[in-house]
Amino acid sequence: MTMLNAVGQSVPRKDGIGKATGQARYADDLRFPGMLHGRTIRSTIPCGRLTAVRFDFDPTGFTVVDHRDIPGWNVVTLIADDQPCLVEREIRHVAEPVLLLAHENREALFGAPVALEEEPAEPVFDPERSPTTFKTILIEKGDLLAGFAAADHVVEGTYRTGHQEHVYIEPQAVIAVPEDGGMTVYGSIQCPFYAHRALAVILGDLVARVRVIQTETGGGFGGKEEYPSGIAAHAALLALKSGRPVKLVYDRVEDMLATTKRHPAIVRHRTGLSRDGRLVAMDVEVILDGGAYQTLSAVVLSRGAIHAAGPYRCDNIRIAARAMFTNTPPNGAFRGFGAPQTQFGVEVHMERIAESLGLDPVRLRERNLLRPGDTTATGQRVGEDCAALEVLRTAVRRSGFRRKRKAYAGTARGIGLAMYWHGSGFTGSGELKLASRATIELTATGVRVLTSSTEIGQGTRTMHAQIVADALGIPYEQVEVALPDTGVVPDSGPTVASRTCMVVGRILQRTAEEIRAKLGDLTPAEYFGRHGPLAVTGQYEQPEWIRWDEIDYRGDAYAAYAWGCDVVEVELDRDTWEVRPVRVTVVNEIGKAIHPALARGQVEGGTAQGLGYALLEQVVMRNGAMANAQLTNYIIPTTLDTPKLDVVLLEHPYAGGPFGAKGLGELPIDGPAPAVVNAIRQLGIDVRGIPAVPEAIREAACASP
Amino acid sequence: MRFTLNAREVELNVAPLARLLDVLREDCGLTGTKEGCGEGECGACTVLVDGDAVCACLVPVAQVEGAEVVTIEGLGDDHPLQRAFMDEVGAQCGICTPGMILTAITLGPRPSLAKIRRGLAGNLCRCTGYEAIYRAIHRAS
Repeated sequence: MTMLNAVGQSVPRKDGIGKATGQARYADDLRFPGMLHGRTIRSTIPCGRLTAVRFDFDPTGFTVVDHRDIPGWNVVTLIADDQPCLVEREIRHVAEPVLLLAHENREALFGAPVALEEEPAEPVFDPERSPTTFKTILIEKGDLLAGFAAADHVVEGTYRTGHQEHVYIEPQAVIAVPEDGGMTVYGSIQCPFYAHRALAVILGDLVARVRVIQTETGGGFGGKEEYPSGIAAHAALLALKSGRPVKLVYDRVEDMLATTKRHPAIVRHRTGLSRDGRLVAMDVEVILDGGAYQTLSAVVLSRGAIHAAGPYRCDNIRIAARAMFTNTPPNGAFRGFGAPQTQFGVEVHMERIAESLGLDPVRLRERNLLRPGDTTATGQRVGEDCAALEVLRTAVRRSGFRRKRKAYAGTARGIGLAMYWHGSGFTGSGELKLASRATIELTATGVRVLTSSTEIGQGTRTMHAQIVADALGIPYEQVEVALPDTGVVPDSGPTVASRTCMVVGRILQRTAEEIRAKLGDLTPAEYFGRHGPLAVTGQYEQPEWIRWDEIDYRGDAYAAYAWGCDVVEVELDRDTWEVRPVRVTVVNEIGKAIHPALARGQVEGGTAQGLGYALLEQVVMRNGAMANAQLTNYIIPTTLDTPKLDVVLLEHPYAGGPFGAKGLGELPIDGPAPAVVNAIRQLGIDVRGIPAVPEAIREAACASP
Repeated sequence: MRFTLNAREVELNVAPLARLLDVLREDCGLTGTKEGCGEGECGACTVLVDGDAVCACLVPVAQVEGAEVVTIEGLGDDHPLQRAFMDEVGAQCGICTPGMILTAITLGPRPSLAKIRRGLAGNLCRCTGYEAIYRAIHRAS
């Protein structure tokens, strides 16, 4: 029996002191001798052709790069390999990178006039009218027609969600340094091996060795998952041509204008119910706006589709999902990865079902929530750790939901709830394909953990060290965590999909146990002193019960699910139509909180980000470009917009996770938006889309009977 | 240009309209002051000028002539707020943390939650939902 000394304790963060003293070094804090600054010249039309580039400045001291300078293949490699690193001729969206400049003086660099001649063509902005489908997914369970034939009631509805900008407070930043016949890239990067692969394709055989090193990263939320690969390539191309280090840092406007956002979605539901409120047929259509290139849309769509029926049991389900091309900057990874959009749809729909059938919203959910042994839309049987009912009942009790719902009736206050679930790790056989690896090596003072999992604020270094410390039976302080440097660490897969604790943490736990067995009675430091270096690399092992059919989308979509329920209280200002959240109760079941304070921080932060998604964060698109690309008028929650957050963590251990842990990072972003909109519904306002900004609430209120 | 920076007199030959942020980061090598937006919205570049929290991205360096400027580096490494931010996990990604701590200093002793919320309204954090930051400030006071 392993003694838990670090796991379950809120031990000091490994990176706490550096961050509290300002000594932590982020990409823009680094300087190299002879370093140049880089600038990206971008398209200004959403669709068309580049016909000419005009320079009206003295090029002395400038390095200029266009697509002809790419020694390898002009593509930012990912899933579809459709996105060029630099525009050759075809322009598919505003702010597409065309040309790169570098100069040692920033004023001279940004003052240099460059004009693009562009020939516009007719753009597509409406995903439903787009002629190009990136990806379709069909999930079918049971007999939909028979389900509807047996239904006593049918409820339909369409729900819409907008773009969301990540607003990591540190904008995108990389530095490329030519050294030793190779290229080293330092950057604010979530997935160093993604950037590494992209660089290898773009630089080709010309550059023998590519190395990517993550610098301290000021937030990611998915926005630094795939996007930095292109920026890394831009900096590397400038560095290659100039032979000098090149720093490429986006300012906030460029970051918001050019980089990926959360996919907007349209979700349509047609649901059959029995007289007593049981779900008997669910027909769901999901449409994601992918933007101009495929990026990760196919997998965002997949996760969105799998979560689209909510954490409910129903024998007859069809989920038809598609991701569409539009002439807008590509949408990409963002915490939640498709699930917040589809769970907004199903939870607002459930509230409308309760309303139209005259059922209590808690009872409707209780009747239909997944219990251990029930099957999901893909036919996956959920395990004994399924906590859907418990999170609902805990949240209802703790928030005083029933009492307040009665008390608020007819006032300017409303209270609403939303259920949600989130699968941990890559979908289906994704983890098997990744075959992630992690290494532990002995040192003179303990051990060092080597993974490519990045610390982006969520606490990777700390949490991994806790797992390894307890699995080895050594003090937490004796575990060092290596910097993610592709030249040093093995590929542990990307830092995404709520997988860093559950999946990579589990590999580390098993690897530590293997080392423990080799050490006998010695401590790691003693063994190192007597026998010298020892390093063990572990690899992901898929639980043997997992079955997944990629073609038919049947089977065990995720190794584990975490469960949540949010209750949100709001207040409406009837003069301004502004809705403010007043109090939020969050109950999340996460298997095991390795570090309770970090876990709570994830839940609080994800909830705040979800409240912004629900009420404040509106990306205004004009002619395919974000019109409010600055923090003055793209509003994220401040201290005054974020209400009291009451968080409860429940633990139903998952046997395949380290010490029982499931994924947590994304779960809390799924709940706030539908809970907010369901609270607004109690005010008699039929809102079916987000962000529910005052204009939208007013419009809905005036349209509501 | 002469001013007091972290309790030391400094004399710099810089353009008077240069942003204080750039002067601190590039000419003085103090990179603990961060740039998040460049338009005074996010507060990541907050420093103290004569005891007031200001956004260094909005201040031309000429304005601090003769003033007392304090950056995160001026607090050393053992300030009660720094310790409290570590203990309460008030820092996640850490990019807003220097600005948060400097603004928190201006709140005075034992600030109420309402005072903290008002005082920090110009400092954006995308990671924490602010709750852990409140816990840290309460703990330090």
